[in-house]
Amino acid sequence: MEPVPTDLPAPGPPAPELGALLALVAQGDQDAFGAVYDRVAGPVLGLVRSVLRDPAQSEEVAQEVLVEVWRRAAAYSPDRGTPMAWIMTLAHRRAVDRVRSAQAASDREHRAALLDHTPAYDEVTERVEARLEREQVRRCMGGLTERQRQSVTLAYYRGLTYREVAEVLALPLGTVKTRLRDGLIRLRDCLGVTA
Amino acid sequence: MSVEDVHTLSGAYALDALPAPEREEFERHLERCEACAREVRELSETAARLAGAVALAPPTALRDRVMGRIGTVRQDPPPGAFGGLRRRTRRMLPGLALAAALAAAALGGTTVWQWQSARDAQREVQQAQEHAALLAQVLAAPDAVVSSGALPGGGTGTVVVSAGTNRAAFMTSGMPAPPDGMVYQLWFDDHGAMRPAGLLDPAAPDEAVLMDGALDGADGMGITLEPAGGSPQPTSDPLAVMEFPSA
Repeated sequence: MEPVPTDLPAPGPPAPELGALLALVAQGDQDAFGAVYDRVAGPVLGLVRSVLRDPAQSEEVAQEVLVEVWRRAAAYSPDRGTPMAWIMTLAHRRAVDRVRSAQAASDREHRAALLDHTPAYDEVTERVEARLEREQVRRCMGGLTERQRQSVTLAYYRGLTYREVAEVLALPLGTVKTRLRDGLIRLRDCLGVTA
Repeated sequence: MSVEDVHTLSGAYALDALPAPEREEFERHLERCEACAREVRELSETAARLAGAVALAPPTALRDRVMGRIGTVRQDPPPGAFGGLRRRTRRMLPGLALAAALAAAALGGTTVWQWQSARDAQREVQQAQEHAALLAQVLAAPDAVVSSGALPGGGTGTVVVSAGTNRAAFMTSGMPAPPDGMVYQLWFDDHGAMRPAGLLDPAAPDEAVLMDGALDGADGMGITLEPAGGSPQPTSDPLAVMEFPSA
């Protein structure tokens, strides 16, 4: 995977809102879909890869997600959240469905090894805005307690259920539920997310 | 599970960390708890930001494949508009010929439109098991009407409705296998309320089934992907929905 150039974005008219693009996609506009693709394919692939690990399988699932965005564009509405969150929810859901169905036992026998892995920061895109976003997320993750950070990371970036997180971290179920919620709330405030 | 416990699941839900049964239970709770729904929206937005932090540069070949694929994938209609599966064919057919052709689909895996096999199929119908006979009865009903459309994942779905027998049949042709552990489930649409109407055989791309239960005024049907064994209520958006043709 080639890193993309680190240049600042070329000056030009501001990019259309993702929501406006999705509305066009819902009407069958393939060019608008191309623009959506260019905005979301990097995070979709990165997220899926983070959960699935296997590069070939990740591309396959990312492709399914992106085609699903095309197919289900009419189902998006702003009351479901921002377009990016809607798409990332589709991507994450599909990745965890794949990993949980595929996973007979073998993968999960090495659960402890999961703790050694941080997200795949090594192959990330070098687009400027993505780098800034990554720095901000990393900084906010640094503001969590160790348990919160581990819980959120295992659940989101590794696709574990909270029960599996509890097992890996040897914590009671209720504690993990609370850590996931507290951790996300702290991240929400740090990242300035509103909905 | 206590109410307090349910509330604390918002984080796990936003991170997709709930096993399917708990996910469904929490979604039912969300419908009744506006504060929870708002918190979930915020936490889901937050989770999406975490995705942005692991973005990868996608290979150009992926873009080519996706752009190529969307040229062949039909888009879902907006939700709420039941009856979105675009109808390609809708016509009244003579009962006997219809029965024979559809039985061919049931027994031989051919498509309903392969009329040339109708005569052979008539003989096969006579040898068929009770289920097929009942199915054929619906298909042969003088008032049977048929409606067919492409399924979004590939293949064709055909529904046959007979008000006289108060039953419906559903046929697939070239249907892709469901993901492991999942099954296609049929539903009657009772003016917006979904009623289970049976499962399709995951191993059969071509299949004809009598839909479970009576029509009883249902005005359409849908197909969803459900965990093996089926669900009492749909747990995912329909893959396809179809209004019943009126006689």
